[in-house]
Amino acid sequence: MTGGATIRAHEAPSAGQAAPAVQIEGLEKSYASHRGEAIRALGPLSFSVPDGGFLTIVGPSGCGKSTVLRLLSGLIERTAGTMRVRGQEVDATQGDIGFVFQSPTLLPWKTAMENVLLPADVLRLDRAASRSRARMLLDLVGLGDFAERYPRELSGGMQQRVSIARALIHDPSILLMDEPFGALDAMTRETMSVELLRIWQRSRKTVLFVTHSIPEAVFLGTHILVLTPRPGRIADFIEPGLPADRTLDVMSTPAFGEIVKRIRHHFQVKGGME
Amino acid sequence: MNVLRRRPEWVLIPLVFVVVVGAWEALTRLLEVPVYVVPPPSLVLHVLIAGLGSGSYLGHAVYTLGEALGGFGVAAIGGIGMGMLIASSPLLERTLYPYLVAIQTTPKIAIAPLFIMWFGFGITSKVLVAALVAFFPILVNVIAGLKSTDAQRIELMRSVRATRWQTFRMVRLPSALPMIFAGLNVGIVFSLLGAIVGEFVGSRNGLGNQVMQMNANLDAAGVFSVLVVLSAIGITLHLLMQAAQRRILFWHESTQKQQ
Repeated sequence: MTGGATIRAHEAPSAGQAAPAVQIEGLEKSYASHRGEAIRALGPLSFSVPDGGFLTIVGPSGCGKSTVLRLLSGLIERTAGTMRVRGQEVDATQGDIGFVFQSPTLLPWKTAMENVLLPADVLRLDRAASRSRARMLLDLVGLGDFAERYPRELSGGMQQRVSIARALIHDPSILLMDEPFGALDAMTRETMSVELLRIWQRSRKTVLFVTHSIPEAVFLGTHILVLTPRPGRIADFIEPGLPADRTLDVMSTPAFGEIVKRIRHHFQVKGGME
Repeated sequence: MNVLRRRPEWVLIPLVFVVVVGAWEALTRLLEVPVYVVPPPSLVLHVLIAGLGSGSYLGHAVYTLGEALGGFGVAAIGGIGMGMLIASSPLLERTLYPYLVAIQTTPKIAIAPLFIMWFGFGITSKVLVAALVAFFPILVNVIAGLKSTDAQRIELMRSVRATRWQTFRMVRLPSALPMIFAGLNVGIVFSLLGAIVGEFVGSRNGLGNQVMQMNANLDAAGVFSVLVVLSAIGITLHLLMQAAQRRILFWHESTQKQQ
């Protein structure tokens, strides 16, 4: 339980590894207040995610955990720091990402299939190949029979599955997920976590997953980044090392409980989670 | 009887008609109101049937409908086109905004006499009056619709590096369609209004021209019978717009609640 804000998550990379999928160095984001002075919202932040890793980012609300994803995808511009994808320095991920938002953000005039195909249309990918890939992805998220349904005919959980399939259609190497299960009820949320684990294992993507649920972060992550309250800095970086074929039962094991306790401790020290 | 319990308005709607028209008929007869002031409904019906039978109403109705639809077409194309242009450039919008407000708040009907002077007594002047009146509600709704796209949808498009044009075509325009249709619904009613007012100011044909002539002859029953025809045209145009809207906006709440 040592370290706190000074921990640098990537300080000891094991020797001989390939370039990490994502490497962040001194990343910072500041906003100008209406009086004109800079207010730091995030960072400085340094961490890396190995290729095929599943990084969960957990922290109190307003700590800037979503900002990390938005900086990485180029939706907003960073104030300082460098970002590397597979060793290449980038300003933003150049379209090599799939983004899953908290709300499914499906277009109501398109069917599930057409919604999944949206990024393929934007990137002008081969139509026939994309259609068969979309069909495969809808099968993967368990919606093979719902391809021709419109969003209003689908439940919240199903809509979010469609948006996950949409984020994978252009075969990006990195999947950015911003509290994707935040709007779902507790039961659906647990089912979706198990589903996501399965989808991640099958698709071999690198995932960056933001959440404010500690158990969700521990259950899903191969790596857990714990952020401090605003401006978000690294409070802890944990590799839980849970078995790859874990089910929800793992949540009642002592090892799981220990990690949850360790993360919760950071927030209690800083004066509570929410 | 089950249907009546679920949809009592199916009985109440005709009932209101019968009560109002019956009271009107009874009052005009009991109080011996002169027919050139308020005619009884039975006389209006008589004149209406005669007018429809002789074919004279049909000719005038087609003429007026042509003016209204022509004006609506011009207003729809102009309003949607100009709305897209203005919504795509914040500077253009800020520059034109005060003028739009000024024109929007001016009663545009007052320009009708000028149009008659410039374009004559033929159909052109009426089409242009109808277009002028219908143009602004369409334009304002197109701009508002294109500017109110859900921010998350825009971010979705940005996250896959969509161009401005792709974002416009795939997200902003379809997102704006409910508002655009709201504008078109107002526009089609306004275009009929514009056509009639244009005819009042100066014309040789059309239902508005008929109303003016009948009024001059103290033919109140005739005026009422033309009003019936005008309201039938208005309702038909409105229903056609709704049918188009239901087809195109099948995905929007507005088309689902109206069943």
